[in-house]
Amino acid sequence: MVDTIRIDAKGMHYTPLNKAIRAAVASGARKIELDHVMGQRFIADGLRGNVEIVINGVPGGDLGMFMSGPTCIVHGNCEHAPGNTMDSGTIVIHGNAGDAVAHSMRGGMIFVRDDIGYRGGIHMKQYKEKRPILVIGGSARAFLGEYMAGGLILILGRKGKFPDIDRGIGSGIHGGKIIIRGSVTDHNLGVGAKKNDLKEEERQEIAPLIEKFTGFFGLDPAPLLNDRYYVITPSSARPFASKYTWEV
Amino acid sequence: MSIGSVPLRYRISVDHDQCMLCGRCVESCPYGVFRKEGEHIHVNSRVCVACHRCISMCPRDAISLVERPVDYRSHPLWTPQVREAIYNQARTGKIILSGMGNAQDYPVIFDRLVLDACQVTNPSIDPLREPMELRTYLGKKPSHLDFQKIDGDTVLETKLSPNLMVETPIMIGHMSYGAISLNAQKSLARAVTECGTFMGTGEGGLHESLYPYQNHMIVQVASGRFGVDINYLERGAAIEIKIGQGAKPGLGGHLPGEKVCADVSCTRMIPEGSDAISPAPHHDIYSIEDLKQLVRSLKEATEWKKPVFVKIAAVHNSAAIAAGIARSSADAVVIDGFRGGTGAAPRVFRDHVGIPIEAAVASVDAKLRSQGIRNEVSIIASGGIRESADVAKVIALGADAVYIGTAALVAMGCRVCGTCYKGLCPWGIATQRPDLVARLDPDVASANVANLIHAWTLELSELMGAAGINSIESLRGNRDRLRGYLLDESIMKILDIKTVGA
Amino acid sequence: MCGIIGVIDRTRQCMDGTGIRAALSQMDERGSGEGAGYAVYGAFPDFKDYYAVHVFFDNLHETKPLVEEELSKWGIIEHQEAIPTYDQPNIRKVHFPWRFFFKPDSHLMPWSTTPADDIVTHLVMKINSSIPGALVYASGKNVAVFKASGWPEDVADFYRIQDYKGYLWLGHNRYPTNTPGWWGGAHPFNLLHWSVVHNGEITSYGTNRRYIESYGYRCSMYTDTEVVAYLFDLLIRRHGLSIETAVKALAPPFWDEIDQMPERDKEIMRAIRLTYGSALMNGPFAIVVANHDSMVGFTDRIKLRPLVSGELGNRLYISSEEAAIRTMEPDVGEIIMPKAGEPVIGRVRG
Repeated sequence: MVDTIRIDAKGMHYTPLNKAIRAAVASGARKIELDHVMGQRFIADGLRGNVEIVINGVPGGDLGMFMSGPTCIVHGNCEHAPGNTMDSGTIVIHGNAGDAVAHSMRGGMIFVRDDIGYRGGIHMKQYKEKRPILVIGGSARAFLGEYMAGGLILILGRKGKFPDIDRGIGSGIHGGKIIIRGSVTDHNLGVGAKKNDLKEEERQEIAPLIEKFTGFFGLDPAPLLNDRYYVITPSSARPFASKYTWEV
Repeated sequence: MSIGSVPLRYRISVDHDQCMLCGRCVESCPYGVFRKEGEHIHVNSRVCVACHRCISMCPRDAISLVERPVDYRSHPLWTPQVREAIYNQARTGKIILSGMGNAQDYPVIFDRLVLDACQVTNPSIDPLREPMELRTYLGKKPSHLDFQKIDGDTVLETKLSPNLMVETPIMIGHMSYGAISLNAQKSLARAVTECGTFMGTGEGGLHESLYPYQNHMIVQVASGRFGVDINYLERGAAIEIKIGQGAKPGLGGHLPGEKVCADVSCTRMIPEGSDAISPAPHHDIYSIEDLKQLVRSLKEATEWKKPVFVKIAAVHNSAAIAAGIARSSADAVVIDGFRGGTGAAPRVFRDHVGIPIEAAVASVDAKLRSQGIRNEVSIIASGGIRESADVAKVIALGADAVYIGTAALVAMGCRVCGTCYKGLCPWGIATQRPDLVARLDPDVASANVANLIHAWTLELSELMGAAGINSIESLRGNRDRLRGYLLDESIMKILDIKTVGA
Repeated sequence: MCGIIGVIDRTRQCMDGTGIRAALSQMDERGSGEGAGYAVYGAFPDFKDYYAVHVFFDNLHETKPLVEEELSKWGIIEHQEAIPTYDQPNIRKVHFPWRFFFKPDSHLMPWSTTPADDIVTHLVMKINSSIPGALVYASGKNVAVFKASGWPEDVADFYRIQDYKGYLWLGHNRYPTNTPGWWGGAHPFNLLHWSVVHNGEITSYGTNRRYIESYGYRCSMYTDTEVVAYLFDLLIRRHGLSIETAVKALAPPFWDEIDQMPERDKEIMRAIRLTYGSALMNGPFAIVVANHDSMVGFTDRIKLRPLVSGELGNRLYISSEEAAIRTMEPDVGEIIMPKAGEPVIGRVRG
C-alpha cells in the first residue's frame, strides 16, 4: 500500500484520469497528486472516500461534481462550476474560478483564494446536517447566490479592494445566507433579498471559517476577523408566492 | 300582415325559493327587466341585454339567464342574426347600429399562433431573478448615430426625437369622455399612471379632473377636433391624429346630443345637447401630403416637444399607407384591427370592413423594413388584444406596443353585452347618467385595471424569459419565435412564419 | 456548446497554425466533430490588395463558370486556385474549396462611399442567394478561412493550416444543432474584413435578421452567427461606430444601470438603445470578432456563456477556456474574465 500516488495527467482524457484516481483510492492511497492537468473536466466526479487530491494545473469544468468526501486542492485556476452538486468534502482553489461555482452544492466546503465569476453559489441548498459553505477570498460577479435555498456564502473581499458585486445579489434567495465584507449597495440586491449588519453570533460563526481560509493560503486572519460585514438573507421563504392566482 | 315579434334574445328567470325580495335586481337594471309587486319579482325578459349586473348583485344567486331560449329552425347560412337584421330593417328601413367589436365568426389568427420556449440549446430566464426589460420607447429613432471625438471625449452628435417611455408595452387606447364616463376615464388614468404607461383621451377633449394624469395621456385630434386647443395639445404627453378606427373604417363618429351633458359639452367645447359629429375624413386631409401638414402643424404648435401618432384602421392597403405615414414626420403609427371595439358602429361595418390586426402588423412591419424606414415610426397594434399571449404574439409580428380597450373595460366590470350605444351601461362605464356613473368607483376600478396590466406584464415577462429573451426589443419582429398552427400557406407567408414542426 | 479561441499579435508578428490547432483540439469536449474552422489574417501577402473570395463549389464544371461570370461583371479575377487539401480519414470532401483573388472596379458603384466593399458584399449576397451549389464563405482581403465538417485537428490537417502564417487567428470547435455536417454552417463566418466565431444561440435572431436584411444583407447560411458579421459590418464600416460603441449596441447595459449613469453617458446609452434596439443580441453567447486591425471578444448581457482572456508580450488571447489559452501559450499571464457585455479588445499598433 502506497500513501501518495502521483499521476501525470499530461494529454490524458478525463475518463482514464478518473479511472486512475479511483484505482488509487481503492488501493488505499491517502493522497493523490495530479501533475500537468490541463482542462480535464469532471475530476473526482462522484468520488467517495477520504482522500486528498492535489491538482497542479488548470482543471476543466465541474471539478468535484457529486463528490462525497474527498479533498481537492487546486494549484491554479478552475473553469466553470467546481463543486457542482457536491455532497461533502472540500475544494481549495489557489486562484480564480469561473461561473456557477458551487452550483446546487448540497454539503461540504469550497475555498477560493481569489475571485469567482457569475452566479456563484447558485441554488446551494441544505438539508438536516448537510450545510454547504462557499468561502471566496476575493470578489464575485453578478447573481451571487441566485436562487439560494440554504448554506452559507462568505465573501472576504481581499486584494486591497472590497467586493464590488454587481446586480442580483441573492436574487430569488429563499434560504441560507450570504455574508459580504465591505459595502453592498441596495440596488444590487436581488429580488427577495434583504440586507442587515452582521450580528455578534454570526461573527462568531464565520471566525473559524476565516481562520480555516487563511490557514489554507498562509494569510493573516486578523484584518478579516473584525471588519465590517453585511448579511444577505431571504425576505421570505417564498419570494415569488404572490405572483400567482388560481384559475377559477 | 305584420312580421310579428322576434323570439326572446335572453330569458331571465328568478328562483323564487332563493329570492329574498331584497330588490337589488330592480335597482341594478336600468333597462327595466325587473319589477317588484308585493311579494314577487316580475320579469320582462324582452328588454334584457345580458349585462349581468343583476346577476352579479343578487345575494342569493337566484337569477338565471338563458341566451336564445327559443330556437329558430337551424340553418348555417340564414342564422338567427341574419334573419333578425332583416326583420329589423324591413320594419325600419334604417342602418343597424351595434356596439363592441366584430361579432362575425371569423377565425382568430392569434389562436392559430403558438409561441416558442427554450430547451437545452439556450437557457430560459426566470424574469424575477434576472433582469427582464419591457421598457419601450415609442417614437422616431435615428437610423444610425454620429459621434464626434472632442478632447478625447465621445460626444453624441445625433439629436434624438422625443419618445414616450412606457414601462410595459401595454397602453390603453382612445375611448372618449362621452363614449365612456368620467369615472371610467379617471379609473383608466390612475391605472396607467401607476403602471408607467399611457392612455388615450379619445376625441372628447380632456376633462380638467384628468389634468393630474396628463403626463400619462395621449390627446387625440380627430376629424371633429372636439376640445382641441393649444392648452389641450400642450397637456398631452403625445398627440394622436385619428384617421380611422378598426370597428368602422372609413366612417366618422356621432355622439348623440342626449349624451352631450353639461360636462361633456364643456370638454368637447360644443353646446349642451348638440350632436357631436366627426366627419369621415379630416377635411384638411384629402391626401398623404396633407397628413404631413397636420402632423407638422401639431409639432410646430407644441414646439416639436411631443411625439405625434397617427391612427389608422387596418385595411387592405395598410402597409403602403403606413409607409406614407412614416414619411410624414409622424412618430408612431397606430393600427386598429377589425376586431377593435366601439361604442356604436354600423353593424355592416363592424362585421365586414377591415382586416385582422395580426396580418396588418406583419405587413406594415415588413413594408417599413423593406423600405429601410422601420426606425422612422413605432408601430402600435390595437383591436382585439384579449390577453398577454396576444401582446407577445403581436410584438413578435412586429409591433412595438399595444393599445387595449375592451380588455380594460372588462377589468372594470364590463360584460361585453355590446349595448354601449344605448347609453345606459349598468356598470357606469359607457353612460353619462349620473346615478349609473356613480356605480363605478375609481378607487376600485383603477386598482382592477392596474392589476390587469400588472398581471399581463408578469405573464409577458415569463413568456419572454421562457424564450430566452430578456429585452422586449429582441421579441419585436422576431417571427422566428412564432409558428402557425393550421394556418394556411398564404397567411403564413404574409405573417412570415413557419408552420408548427418546421 | 462550441469552443472558441482567438489570438492577435499587436506587432503583426506572424504565427503559423500549429498553436491554434492544439488549442482548439484542447476544447474537443465542447464540440461534436461535425464542424471546425479557422480564420487567419495576413495569410496572402502576395495578394494582399485583392479580395480573397472563398467558395465551396458542389461541382466545378457547372457552377464555377457562373461565379466567374458574376465576378467578372464587377471587376477582375487576378488569380484563382483550388484551395489545397489533404485527405483525412475522418473528413469526407463534399465540396471543392476554391479561392479567387478579385479586384472590383470601383467605378461601377459611383454612388457608394466604399464602392469596392459594397461591390463585394453585393456579390456575396447575390451568389449565395442565386447560384445553387456555390457558397461564398469568405471575402476579405488577406484573410484565409478554413472550415469543414470534422474535428478541429482533422480540419486543420485537411487544409494543413500549419503552412499558413498570420498575425491574427480565430478558431471554432462546433457542436451543431442546426445544419450539422454542412460545411457552410461551420465557423468562422466571414464577410469582407469581418470574421466571427460564436458559442451559443442568439434568441433574437429573427429580429436581428429582419433588421440587417432591411439594409440589403441577405442571410443565407441558415444559422444565427452570420448575422453577427453583418451587424459589425453595418455598425462599424457603414455607420462608422467605434468597436466599443458597436459592442454597446449589441450587448447594452440594462435600463436600470443606464438610469444610474451620469447624464452624458445616460444620453449616449439611451440613444444607442433606441437606435439599435433591433441589433441587440439576446440569448446566451460568447463571440470573438476580428478585422484587419483588431480582435474583440464579448459575451451576452447576463453572461450565459464563458469567455476568458490572457496576455503575453504583444499577444492577446481570448477563449472559452483557460486551458485552451494555456495550451497555446503556457506562460500566459493573469487570466481575466471580462464582465458580461463588456468587450476585450486587442488592436495592432501603428
